[in-house]
Amino acid sequence: MAGKTLISVDKLTMRFGGLTALDELTMTVQEGEILGLLGPNGSGKTTFFNVLTGLYKASSGSISLDGEKILGQTPQQIYRNGVARTFQRSRLSLSLTVFDNIVIGDYQRMQHGLIFNLLKRKSFRSEYDAYVDKVKALLEIFSPPLVGRLFEPVDSFTMIDRRRIEVCRALLSQPRLLLLDEPSAGMTHDETDELMQDILHVRGKLEKLSVVLIEHEMNVIERITDRCVVLNYGKKIAEGNYGSITADPLVQTAYLGEAE
Amino acid sequence: MEKNEQMIFKKPAVIMSITALALTIYAWFFLHAESQVSIAILLVAAVLAVILSRRFGVTQLVEESATQRPGLSRLLMVGCCVALIAVFHSSHFVLLMLCGVLLYSTACLGLTVQVGYSGVANFAGAAFFGIGSYATAVLASQTAIPHLLIILIAGISAAVIGSLLILPVLRTRGHYAALVTIAFGILFKTFIEVNDVLGGPQGLQVPGMNLFGFSFNEGFSLFGLEISFYVSYALLSLAVFAGVYALVNALERSWIGLSMDVVRTDETAASTFGLDIVRWKVVAFTMGNFFAGIAGGLYGMVIGFIAPNNFTFGDSLLMLSIVILGGLGNIAGLIPAAVIVLILPEKLQFIQEYRFLLYASLVILILLFRPQGLLPRKTRIFFARKGS
Repeated sequence: MAGKTLISVDKLTMRFGGLTALDELTMTVQEGEILGLLGPNGSGKTTFFNVLTGLYKASSGSISLDGEKILGQTPQQIYRNGVARTFQRSRLSLSLTVFDNIVIGDYQRMQHGLIFNLLKRKSFRSEYDAYVDKVKALLEIFSPPLVGRLFEPVDSFTMIDRRRIEVCRALLSQPRLLLLDEPSAGMTHDETDELMQDILHVRGKLEKLSVVLIEHEMNVIERITDRCVVLNYGKKIAEGNYGSITADPLVQTAYLGEAE
Repeated sequence: MEKNEQMIFKKPAVIMSITALALTIYAWFFLHAESQVSIAILLVAAVLAVILSRRFGVTQLVEESATQRPGLSRLLMVGCCVALIAVFHSSHFVLLMLCGVLLYSTACLGLTVQVGYSGVANFAGAAFFGIGSYATAVLASQTAIPHLLIILIAGISAAVIGSLLILPVLRTRGHYAALVTIAFGILFKTFIEVNDVLGGPQGLQVPGMNLFGFSFNEGFSLFGLEISFYVSYALLSLAVFAGVYALVNALERSWIGLSMDVVRTDETAASTFGLDIVRWKVVAFTMGNFFAGIAGGLYGMVIGFIAPNNFTFGDSLLMLSIVILGGLGNIAGLIPAAVIVLILPEKLQFIQEYRFLLYASLVILILLFRPQGLLPRKTRIFFARKGS
């Protein structure tokens, strides 16, 4: 993986009062790789996503995306720089349709003017039609059965379909970096397999897309990640491919040791 | 033969027209009825009709037709109103009530954008309505600005004065934001009461509408029929309502409506997908107050005399109850809800003091058995799909 560095994180620290959730974390994400982010509960994985997407303000350190400093930018600016994510607990608008939930992922390219939206209905119609095609095309790659249910409200869908919708929402704007926060949470083994298959499938189509995946299921990690970073108490304790991190004694005591 | 009949009854246009006709005839009976017995019978009939039509799937059929032919259903709605105005052309009181229903509903369209779409609390609807009325009263009596322009300025005044509230409303959330608007409503009424320039507690006279030299306050006769001067006001109110309705309807089916819905349901997800939360709340709040101001401006001209007591906290609650009773976020429910909230208490005069008790229990019962309102908001369909 001698690609270009997309994200470089340097001595990132995040404190909540007396608790240090991220402790001088230094790591990189290469262009086009799938990076697994591992660690026991409370080791700072989701906090890292929240800092990276601008939801939390870090205490110190820096993050840059393709050379540009993004730490301190608002979530909106970071999204426009090409970072999109899913959430550990599904954050879809349940009363809205599949189309509504996915199309909002490309908010940055929609026209927001009052005149365009309220009065120029013909122009709006053609932009809308283009978006219907775009969303359908994405679903066609990712999850064809959802295409026929495009205009049904999300609350009538199963957990796995909701995850798929969330991933599609994050992919619609063609981000450079996709952050997946425990996509398998609350799903059965088979469902997880299916979802990972979909993610690999999409990655095959979008070569430049980098993915950071938080995941607890070790077989998932083994199957789809190129490289892993392991956190414990906010510190990076290991880095490397699946084989090398599972052999690491520090990781075994912190994380895998509990299971054995 | 039988098949043929079924074909006809499956056509949306036919279903819509029959429904519209039935509703118009019912409304005619209802507005005409004065004796206790007839009103009681009509109310029971309405309840029975609703229950039966739901049981036999008529309601569903009508709803489906309405979604298939949105343009036609709106046209029929306007047609119904024009028909009622024509039938009651000489009855001042009924026409005045119709104007009230239409203009309150217009203000409620604004509240729907705020509360229903973007989730910004506003318990001061009547205050913004009142700002419109007072702006109209002052401008129409002191200046020579054309009256239609004055109505527009009334809306802008409500929006501009409302922008004073934007900062406190956006910096607080939920109940606290609601409290800010409640405080503003009370502040507005008190300010008007102690302000002698604006007439104090006695209120102000509002000059009648004058449109291109035609004075609305003079009655006229047409084909030898005596026409109430309220007919012109009712038609203008209908036009204003229809115009604002069309705008809000387009808003819901646009990226703006979608953005507002996402901001309301999940601010965190909204911000990670680039939505500017403050922007959409400001747009919704300002736009809603603008519509309330326009409605209030025209309402002032209709009733001819305004006082602080027209714009109390109670009136703000009345507006919100119309919005919620109709089905939060569904603008098609506003007119039936406004009829229940505004006309029913008038019609129940025969039980005198008890009428508010009955009316309040009715509202509670409706919300108990239909918490989403009379016509719950439907899943957004941007454009009706042709065929099928």
